[in-house]
Parts: sequence; structure tokens; C-alpha cells
Amino acid sequence: MSAHEGMQEPNYLEFKGKYKGIYSWIFSTDHKRIGLLYLFSILSLFVIGATIGLLMKFELIAPGKTIMDAKAYNAFFTLHGIIMIFAVVIPGLPAVFGNFMLPLQIGAKDVAFPKLNLLSWYLYVAGVLMVVISQFTGDQAPDTGWTFYAPYSFRTAGNMLPAVFGAFLLGFSSILTGLNFLVTIHRMRAPGMTWLRMPLFPWTLYATAWIQLLATPIVGITLLMIVAERLFNIGFFDPTLGGDPVLYQHLFWTYSHPAVYIMILPAMGAISEIIPTFARKIIFGYKFMVASSLLIAFVGYFVWGHHMFTANMSGKALYIFSLLTFLVAIPSAIKVFNWISTLYKASIYLQTPFFWAMAFIFVFMIGGFSGLIIGSLAADVHLHDTHFVVAHFHFIVFGGTGFAFFGAAHYWFPKITGKMYDALWANIGLTVFFIGFITLYMPMFFLGVAGMPRRYFDYDEVFHTGNIISTMGSWILYSGLSIIITNLFVSLKRGVKAPADPWGGSTLEWTIPSPPPVENFIETPIITKGPYSYK
Amino acid sequence: MEHEKDHIIPYRTFLYVLAGLIVLTLISVTVTKIHLGTLTVFIALLIAAVKSTFVLRIFMHLKFENRMFTIMVIAVILLIGVVIFITLLDYLYR
Amino acid sequence: MEEHRDDLASKTGMWLFLFTEMLLFGGLFVVYSVYRYINADAFHLAAQELSVPVGTINTIILLISSATIAMSVTAIRKNNKKLSLLLLGFTILLGLVFLGNKYFEWGHHIKENIYPGSPVLASRGQGDVLFYGLYYFMTGLHALHIIIGLVFIGFIARLIIKDRIVSDNYVLLENSGLYWHLVDLIWIFLFPLFYLIT
Repeated sequence: MSAHEGMQEPNYLEFKGKYKGIYSWIFSTDHKRIGLLYLFSILSLFVIGATIGLLMKFELIAPGKTIMDAKAYNAFFTLHGIIMIFAVVIPGLPAVFGNFMLPLQIGAKDVAFPKLNLLSWYLYVAGVLMVVISQFTGDQAPDTGWTFYAPYSFRTAGNMLPAVFGAFLLGFSSILTGLNFLVTIHRMRAPGMTWLRMPLFPWTLYATAWIQLLATPIVGITLLMIVAERLFNIGFFDPTLGGDPVLYQHLFWTYSHPAVYIMILPAMGAISEIIPTFARKIIFGYKFMVASSLLIAFVGYFVWGHHMFTANMSGKALYIFSLLTFLVAIPSAIKVFNWISTLYKASIYLQTPFFWAMAFIFVFMIGGFSGLIIGSLAADVHLHDTHFVVAHFHFIVFGGTGFAFFGAAHYWFPKITGKMYDALWANIGLTVFFIGFITLYMPMFFLGVAGMPRRYFDYDEVFHTGNIISTMGSWILYSGLSIIITNLFVSLKRGVKAPADPWGGSTLEWTIPSPPPVENFIETPIITKGPYSYK
Repeated sequence: MEHEKDHIIPYRTFLYVLAGLIVLTLISVTVTKIHLGTLTVFIALLIAAVKSTFVLRIFMHLKFENRMFTIMVIAVILLIGVVIFITLLDYLYR
Repeated sequence: MEEHRDDLASKTGMWLFLFTEMLLFGGLFVVYSVYRYINADAFHLAAQELSVPVGTINTIILLISSATIAMSVTAIRKNNKKLSLLLLGFTILLGLVFLGNKYFEWGHHIKENIYPGSPVLASRGQGDVLFYGLYYFMTGLHALHIIIGLVFIGFIARLIIKDRIVSDNYVLLENSGLYWHLVDLIWIFLFPLFYLIT
């Protein structure tokens, strides 16, 4: 299957449909355009969330009030959490690259339910709008943190209802995306593409979609209960009425822990695409990669209690949750070993996406190992709710998902836009970003071990040095981020034209022109072998 | 494409099943009037499980569909069961 | 673009959606189990105040409505449009009767000052507060699903009238049936958990 020369087919960017201008985007049911709708919404929100983070770090440059008081800080970390978790990292890879690449990688024309796909974008936008409304109406912005912990979430004067409802809508959007992907993968693989001939990115999307489908309703109902609690004072989680706030935590984390795997699995999938392409070698242990994705999704469903080690759970529950937490590290480690083994005796093509993948593995391992430390019961008693935890999940969520997101963005940029990015600036951006990332989050581990609690705008003088370094890191990180994003936008205008397959990739998306035609494949591909075959 | 096993379920099948379900409901109501202690809960849930099996297999025609659906439904029910079990591990031993 | 029809895909989509509904109520069953375990005696006593006859009648109503919508699929496949519509109409009617019963049941409790936030309920102790909190929330959410189901079925009936659903293209009718059966399925568990476990 060589690159198709059928240039007479209009590509999806030039295609003139029923609508013109902006309407040709917001009414489009083309999975590629919807993917880009998500990309722009998510990228804008990411920049907003990152700016809030920058301001929070600036507040922490010195003890006492620097630029904001406790109330503003509480509102800021709540907004930062809600935006980054619900509106950026959870939909990040699946909704953007999943939407764009899943049909291309399995040789389909579109997803199974294109209209539903567009609807889920509208739900996403509606959810974001509700969160925005929560900030500007009512007496006080929400200040519970993104976790909405009971009983504070129904006692605070903060404007919780729109925020909670917004999170509910974002969850609904995520469910519909998952549902769509599951049916697409089950029903629309190209002829000959058996399950074990499917590339790894679709596989991780498959595992992710199951979590989206089966975990999100739990948080949906939990958020509805919080709404009912605020409106009708039912008493579900109110200790004065007999309710148990710890039960809220159980329900919340029954979703929100698997949500971490919604974030990281597609990221791992994208890395599993990048590494074989640039190593010019079949991925090591394909079946183990598939199995580990499914195992992570499955075991990851039952480890939620490790967020609650200090919430007075029973001893039995504690050690079972701790055990399961350690177990879930095994499939993640299998993936890391397999990526490294793929590089063994490979002929490596050093390009920006590959550097991102390497940076991903580095930060992901630090994040993963620190996770084992707080997954052990005794250590967690000391580290719970300190900056150690903040460092840990930023290494996983930002370092893991974020790095993979930018890696994927560079990897698929030529395919999506038909242009090549500027490699020099991309590499400079990555370097600055990486240095900033380490400088920002590494000191937090030490601060946490020393006992600096999270979620305060103020701290004791002993923590000053670490915080200064960390805040400076945030400036470097933000500069790196600006370089990366600016470079991609400038390349969109000025980049040289991209060939169909600039990297020598072997999955189906590289067999069609860049940017892809409206109907993706001019003739339905017939699959005779597994992905990643290089000679 | 699956037309060969896609047979039309006759009306009377539904009527039989409906009769069965109503009888089970009445049994369930009667049984709870007898004091059996904790067994009551068990029996009530057992009858509910039997009823839902009928609804799933006949009304929702899982019996006539691809096996995959049955497996998925069982998996989802098990999942809910496991989540309840793990949550109760906390409360039972507190 | 020519629409390619894949009935199995849309049925699979419907089932996956039903799974999310099962999990939605699954979360509530978690809450129910925990609070029932903590307040076993209070739940036991509070459950005795619910009217078993009304609950039983409502259960039977839903079961019959499930059977009628299932038969409606058979009717459309035998090309019997009239019978299919009649059965759907019957299903909608039964759904409305169910809601009516529920309305009077709730009204009765509210008249006795048993509703969330009522001081009378609060004075009866925490177990009762939680039992009735769950009762209102779970049956309320279930009733909301009944309403959505009725709208869905009404929409499907319109499609049958317009001959958009016919004997060889009936997957939408089947899907509405699946949804309605799920609502029934949830009630099969709600009924013993609130009315019978005494």
C-alpha cells in the first residue's frame, strides 16, 4: 500500500460542505474536524489553566500574602483543578488524537456515531461554560478543590451548583466519546484487521473507553447527590444527619482514580506509536502491551482507596487497597520495559516526537516510583496532603499525559495539518519545557517530605528556598510552553508541505495523503499483517 | 448479516414470561410476610435476580443475541458487585 | 455520502449506554448497602411504612408494560403496524399509571411530613432520614427515567406512524424497548430493597 496519489480528492480542510466559515466546523460531523474542535478548545483551556498555575506559583514565591489572599488562592486551585482534570487531561488525548486518529488507524471512514460525536463536543463546551459561570455568578467562587469533598461542598458559600453541574456535563461528554469509540472499534475495523492486528493506540483507546463508560456514571451520580444535598438537605454525606463523608470519598474516587487511567492510557498508546516508528523496529512484546493496557484498566478500577489512607478506613480495606495499588504498577512497568527493549539494536531516527517520548519515559518513571512510595500505608500517613503528592501527580498527569500530548502533537502534526513543524524551535521548546518541568516539580518532593502541606497560600519560613526554586521553574516551564505552542502555530502558516509519510511510519494513517481526504481512505484498505512491520 | 439467527419471538413467549414474572413477584411479596430474619433479604434478592435474568434473556433478547452481549452484561453486574463488596470491606471491619 | 446502516452497531451502542445507566444506579446501590448496614434496624422499621400493595401493583404494571413493548417489536416485524402502535400506546399508558401511583405515594408521605429536610423526619432519627432520603432520591431518579422512556417511546411511535420504522428496519424500536426494560429491571431491585426487606 503506497501513498495514494489521488490528489483530486479534496482534503478535509479544503472540503466545501453544506456550511461555510465557522459553521463548517461547529456543525461538522467529520471526526477529523471534531478532533480539531476539541484540540482548540482543550488547548485554550490548557493555557488558561497553566496561567492560573503560574499565578499560584507566584503566590508561593514567599511566605504570607504575595499577590492573593487565602480565599483567592482557594478559588484558584479549585478552578485550576477543575479545568485541568475535567476539561484538559481527561478528554486530552482521546478526544483530540483519538477522534482524529482512531478511524484512520483502523481503516474506517469515521466513528460509528458521527452526530453523537459532535454532541459530545457540545456537551463539553456546555460543561466548560457552566464552570465559567460558576466563577462569575453567586457570592463567591467555588473553593472546595476539584474533588468537591463533602460535607464542605454543600456547606461552603462558594457557588458550587454550576461547577458541579459543569463537571457532570463534562463527564457525560466523556461517556459519549467512550461509547462511540467502543462501537467504532468493535464494528468498523478494516477487513482483515483482527483484534491482534490493531495498532496500540486504538488498543489503549479501547481500554480507556471502557473506563470512561463504566466509571464516569459513578461520579455522575455522586455529583447529583451533592446537588440534591445542597438543594434538599437530604443527608447522604452529612454527619449531623447520619450520612458518612467518607462514603462520598469512596464514590468520588471510584471514578476519579480510574480517571487517572483515562488520562494515562491513551498517553501510553501514543508513546507506543512513536517509539516503533522512530526506532524502525516492531514494538517489543505487542501482546504484552495489549494485555497490560487491559490489565491497567481493570485493576485500576479497584484501587481507589489509596486516596483515602488517612480517612479512617478499616484496616482490612487499607491493606487490600495498598496491595492492589502495588499490583497496578506491574503492567505499567511492563510497558516501560517494552519501550526500552524496542530501542535495543534499533536504528533510531532522532526527531522531536522521539525526544518527547524519551522525556515522557523519564518523568513517567519518576512519577510512577513516587506513586509506590505514597501507595505504601506507613509512608502515606506522613506524606498525605503534602506537596509530595502534588509533585507525584503532576509528574504523572502533566509529565505523563502532557508530555505524551505534545509528543503526539508533533508526531501527527504533519498528518493533521499537511505541514511540517520547525524542528529546531520544537527541540528548543522541548528542552526549555523539560528543564522548567523538573525545576518546578522536583523541589516539591523535598518540600513534601519536609512536611509542607498542599492547598495553602502561605507556608512556614523553612520551606522558602524550595519554593523559590519551584516558582522559578514555573517561569521556565511557561516560556517553554509558549515556544512550543507558538512554533506549532507559526509552522501551520509557514511550514513546508508534509509528505504522506514523513517519519516512515507503518500504521494506516501514513498510507493516505496529508492532510487526509474527507472520506479518509479512497479505497478500503485490506489488512494482511500486524502493525509496525519494518524490514 | 446475522439474519439467520434473528428469528421473531412469538407473542406467547412474552405472555408466558410475563405470567412467570408476576408469579415470582407475588411469591416474593408472600415470602417476606413470613419472618425469616436475614434470610428474607437473601430470598428477596434471589427472586429479584431470577426475575432480572428473565427480563434480560427474553425481553431484552440476550438469549438470541451474540454471546458478547451476555458476557458484557455479566461483567458489568459483577463489577457493580465487586465495587459494593470492596466498599463494604471498609464498613464491615471499621 | 451514502449512509451505511449497521443495526448491530446501533444496538451495541444502546447496550453500552444501558451499562452507564446500570452503573449510575450501581453507585446508589453502594450507598444503599452501606447505610442499610449501618442502620439495619431503622431501615427495617421505616420500610414497613411503605405500602406493599401499591409497590406490588406498580411492579406488575411495569412488568406488563415491558411485555407489551417487547410484543410491539414482534408486531412490527410481522408487518402489523396497527398492533405495534396499539401495544406502544398501551406501554405509554401503563407508564403514566405508574407515575400516577408514584405521585400519590409521594404525596401521602409528604402529607405526613416525611420528606428530606422536614423536622418531623429529622426527629425520628438518622436511620429514617437516610432511608427516606434514599427512597426519594432513588425512586425519583427512576421516575425521571420513566419520563425519559415515555418521551423516547412517543418519539418512536411517531416514526412508526410515518413508516420510518418498518418490518426490516426496526432497530430504533428495539432500542427503545431495551431502555424501557432496563427501567423495569432497576425497579425489580428497587421494589424489594425499599418495600419488602422488612
